[in-house]
Amino acid sequence: MTSLETAPHPEKLRRVAIDPLSRVEGHGKVTLLLDENDHVQQVRLHIVEFRGFEKFIQGRPYWEVPVMVQRLCGICPVSHHLAASKALDQIVGAFRLTPTADKLRRLMHYGQILQSHALHFFHLSSPDLLFGFDSDVARRNIVGVAAAYPEVARQGVLLRKYGQEVIRHTAGKRIHGTGSVPGGVNKNLTLAERDELLKDIYPIIGWCRDAVHLARRLFEQNLEEYNAFGRFRAHTLSLIRADGAMDLYHGGLRARDMDGGTIFDHVDYNHYWEQISEEVKPWSYMKFPFLRALGPQHGWYRVGPLARVTHCDFIPTPLADRERMEFLAYDGGSVAGATLGYHWARMIEMLHAAEAIKELLHDADLQGTDLVVSGERQERGIGMIEAPRGTLIHHYRVDEHDQVIRANLIVSTTHNNQAMNEAVRQVARQYLDGRKLTEGLLNHIEVAVRAFDPCLSCATHALGRMPLRVELIDAGGDTIEVMMRGGAGEGVAPH
Amino acid sequence: MNAMAPILVIGIGNPGRGDDALGPLLIEALQDAQLPGVELLTDFQLQVEFALDLQGRRQVIFADASVAAPAPFTFSATVAERDASYSSHALSPGAVLHACRQIFGEPPPAWTLAIRGYRFGLGQTLSPHAAANLAAARAWLVPYLSGEGGPLSGVDHSGNGG
Repeated sequence: MTSLETAPHPEKLRRVAIDPLSRVEGHGKVTLLLDENDHVQQVRLHIVEFRGFEKFIQGRPYWEVPVMVQRLCGICPVSHHLAASKALDQIVGAFRLTPTADKLRRLMHYGQILQSHALHFFHLSSPDLLFGFDSDVARRNIVGVAAAYPEVARQGVLLRKYGQEVIRHTAGKRIHGTGSVPGGVNKNLTLAERDELLKDIYPIIGWCRDAVHLARRLFEQNLEEYNAFGRFRAHTLSLIRADGAMDLYHGGLRARDMDGGTIFDHVDYNHYWEQISEEVKPWSYMKFPFLRALGPQHGWYRVGPLARVTHCDFIPTPLADRERMEFLAYDGGSVAGATLGYHWARMIEMLHAAEAIKELLHDADLQGTDLVVSGERQERGIGMIEAPRGTLIHHYRVDEHDQVIRANLIVSTTHNNQAMNEAVRQVARQYLDGRKLTEGLLNHIEVAVRAFDPCLSCATHALGRMPLRVELIDAGGDTIEVMMRGGAGEGVAPH
Repeated sequence: MNAMAPILVIGIGNPGRGDDALGPLLIEALQDAQLPGVELLTDFQLQVEFALDLQGRRQVIFADASVAAPAPFTFSATVAERDASYSSHALSPGAVLHACRQIFGEPPPAWTLAIRGYRFGLGQTLSPHAAANLAAARAWLVPYLSGEGGPLSGVDHSGNGG
């Protein structure tokens, strides 16, 4: 079997581009090269690069960074807010925050996990999962879900709203929050804010549990297909708490090989570059991270919910941990390696986030008034968290004038770059090879990418942007078929 | 608990991406005007939960940068419709109205203020032309929201007819 990364004679092949991918954040595209018999010879996932992020930050005073990095992403600004804050804690010499600051940041983070996972499952993925990957495209969206499963759609909206209310109360504002600052936080949670959030937390936990069971049922109903869909073997990486518990806010690095063996464990992330490097490939703007110990060819890995749920020794909240154990035991453990297992794992994390929010809301430290600490000023700061999509690294150097002179960001989607390419290639082999392409078949490619919930940079969303457009181009460069999704142009139009 | 303001204005856009800041900047300008009965919200992009914010309003205005609207801005009625934005992280105003109708009930009358923008790169500042368009939009919208501008109707301020 070929790797499908690079075809031997691409000049003789037809090219299909899915551009942009839908239901993923930002801009990405997939290109397929097909021979005269519609056999797939090359598949590549291309992603608009993030390098502009680092230039955006350089030259700024360090204390502005936690607020301005929120502009990097419209869908997970809190992840950047917190990762930057953790890095800048080190710059101001705050190596141990007060209990109030630590717990408020955790509360903010779990609110972010809850709202992001709810959006992805209910809004972006449930249409595929509930109706089928090649079902009627007009129905395959949240409105179709609302018509067929109104309670599911309603709960999805309310879960996301609740997560955002947690963010609003901890970050100070609905967006562009300033709650987390170098060395701590700038506000606590008032009793009125706590009571407002506590009022709804029990139904929220119940809905999250229902969502786990829905994800499980969908898997059970399609076990053979879901287990095989885009399946590949991969190493895994995540942060882990010192006692082996899942911890999405802080911990040491754990990497496991594709058989579950330990590559490294509890590694201090302040030296992440000793374990992780990045490879450049000429056809992609996005780098390909790998574990140094295994090298670029064999050292790539996956991050995010599937890695985290299978990595941890336990989840430190009871309902989510019970679901984790059932997930790992299901069908002899097969789901833990399935690309579509991401959805089930993601809902387990959402349940954990809701339980963690409940526990934090009952903690009186959130009303504490000791908010900020500082110590000896440092030149370098590194922050790492487990963002909704996976491990997120912020690394800064600050000069004597308090300006950021170097920034390095490795975002979750970059970690998953090779893994997403592998998933797409598997799906191309399984579903597209030798067949005439249809919208439904091409959606299988998108279903594979969506399982990772990638954030493909943060494009502007101004009015008037283009809908999805797929072009099939022959070996001579002539367009032979155009497919449009959305609006009046929906459907396939022979050229 | 505060009573819900009958008019909601939502400014959409990322302040860190050049003229994409037009929506949030308009909201800042309206905050300075301190208009009674008007609630102001801003976000990077619209998502389905904005359907919750629409409930109980008399009127909603979505303000966003546009790469296609004639300069300086257009103001037009927005109807609930299912469109391609359902497949993205960022819904169109019509899609939010449609989600509201499907999940929570009939949405209020809504309008879209589309302010022409020109550059949208990360880290870019507002372009001079966009700044002029923003000033025009503000000068037109504040009297309307103050009840001085007569009934709202479709408006094209581009000079190309309306």
